[in-house]
Amino acid sequence: MTGDDLPRLRPVADHALLVDLASVRDEAAAARVRALDAALAADPAPGQVEVVPALVNLLIDFDPCVADHATVAAHVRGLLSAPPVAPPPPVVHAVPFCPDPPFAPDLEEVARRTGLSPGGVIAALTAAEYRVTMFGFAPGYAYLAGTPAAIALDRKPAPRRDVPAGSVIVAGAQALITALTMPTGWWVLGRSPFALTTGDPARPYVLAVGDVVRFHRIPAAAMPGGAA
Amino acid sequence: MTCARLQITRAGPHCTIQDGGRAGFLRWGIPASGPMDRKALAIANAALGNPPGAAGIEVGPGGLDLELAGAPLTLAVAGGGFLVQVDGSPRPAWAVLRLDPGQRLTIRPGPWGSWACVAVGGRILAPGWLGSLATHGPSGLGGGRLAAGSVVEVAGHDPAPGPDRAIPCPVWARPRRRLMAVAGPQDRFFAPEALAALAGQPFRLTAAWDRMGLRLSGPPLPPQGALGVPSEPVLRGSVQVSGDGVATVLLADHQTTGGYPKIATLLADDVDGLVQNRPGDAVTFALVPPQAAVQTARLRAAVLAAFLPRLSPATRR
Repeated sequence: MTGDDLPRLRPVADHALLVDLASVRDEAAAARVRALDAALAADPAPGQVEVVPALVNLLIDFDPCVADHATVAAHVRGLLSAPPVAPPPPVVHAVPFCPDPPFAPDLEEVARRTGLSPGGVIAALTAAEYRVTMFGFAPGYAYLAGTPAAIALDRKPAPRRDVPAGSVIVAGAQALITALTMPTGWWVLGRSPFALTTGDPARPYVLAVGDVVRFHRIPAAAMPGGAA
Repeated sequence: MTCARLQITRAGPHCTIQDGGRAGFLRWGIPASGPMDRKALAIANAALGNPPGAAGIEVGPGGLDLELAGAPLTLAVAGGGFLVQVDGSPRPAWAVLRLDPGQRLTIRPGPWGSWACVAVGGRILAPGWLGSLATHGPSGLGGGRLAAGSVVEVAGHDPAPGPDRAIPCPVWARPRRRLMAVAGPQDRFFAPEALAALAGQPFRLTAAWDRMGLRLSGPPLPPQGALGVPSEPVLRGSVQVSGDGVATVLLADHQTTGGYPKIATLLADDVDGLVQNRPGDAVTFALVPPQAAVQTARLRAAVLAAFLPRLSPATRR
């Protein structure tokens, strides 16, 4: 473990336990989260309803009529002291995206702010490897860690409305492929025809925590409907 | 077989089709949604002999009017103290009602409460999403948002619904002014004075709310050094505090992860008791130990489980 008082098990309301496995988000923290997530999938806690993995911790939601914080905590301590369960091997997804007009309304501004050419911004984006760290913000929004420092910008001062589903957006060290048409304060650098949903309730989205994503550029003519 | 069709002629904000909720998808960024007042749907369903989580219509604070078409249909209304009328004739706020085609049901804001559920004596035909008719309000995914012009189709109906009748409204289904919460999970980012203010002073509901969250006004709860904390899972009932010390309670359509510190988290049933209040109403928070929270949850679940069967038409006949 990482010194101080980790892992730290914190009760949440009458029906959940938050398990802190690290203080700082990094690949080691993500690996510990994935390992405990896999262990809980193989050997669920008493009353376990669902498990929510995040960057440095995970949350276990339980049925308070079946279990309490102490019984769930005891189960987690047992899993953490046992030999680690190997998480499923990460799937590598090759995600096509088009940064041509009208799909990348913020590309010029990102280029201006980073001192790169638009082509340089796209080259940086497509050279990097991204890791799915958690879902959040809205259904199907998978946070991707790995946006290169050369194109890492704070969020925009004001959000853009009605950003279409499938947009490739970045802010700070993170990237996202949007799953819904919604407003966002992140920088819109392109649009992807990548199918995020599976239609399978057991696994509703293609990307899963731990998976690897690489972007590659496609021409507008290869987008659905051709050059828009 | 002829379907009953509920033709919505007027709908205030946040009227939706909801079932017991879409649990199990938080890891995909999907909150459970479901009714804002889960007991209201369970009670309305029990009065018709339906399972507690069967799909119905949730009526928002502005109310809803509908006209029935197609086949006759029995409905049950429970939740807030709305003004319920059939063809202009007053009915109890909590009631089992038989409608014939052409009859109009109006549900208007009444003396108390913000949310009501309408259960149906049949099965709502709607697209659903991931195996549930619960509507995720921001996206509209699920059974769907309702507005004037919407039509809700219902298949099947209770062949022997019995006479119209009132449903008893227990005191524990009323708006709750004293709310139980467990401190944390980020209470370490708050000074003892902030926790004392949370537990000791009243907070008011503001008009800034939707199905995702409800902002409170009250003493400031300034977080200390928490803004660089990595985002982590959040729940319905999380009391998250923004950098300016303003608290927001997350509700049925909450985001599933977030970076704001959570000073406390409401017990599940107290979230529903909170939302039946109205903007301007004052609430207080009682911080309880986790074990007491679990015991309270079990006691409340037992009370509800004992209450619901007494409402069923089979028991009454």
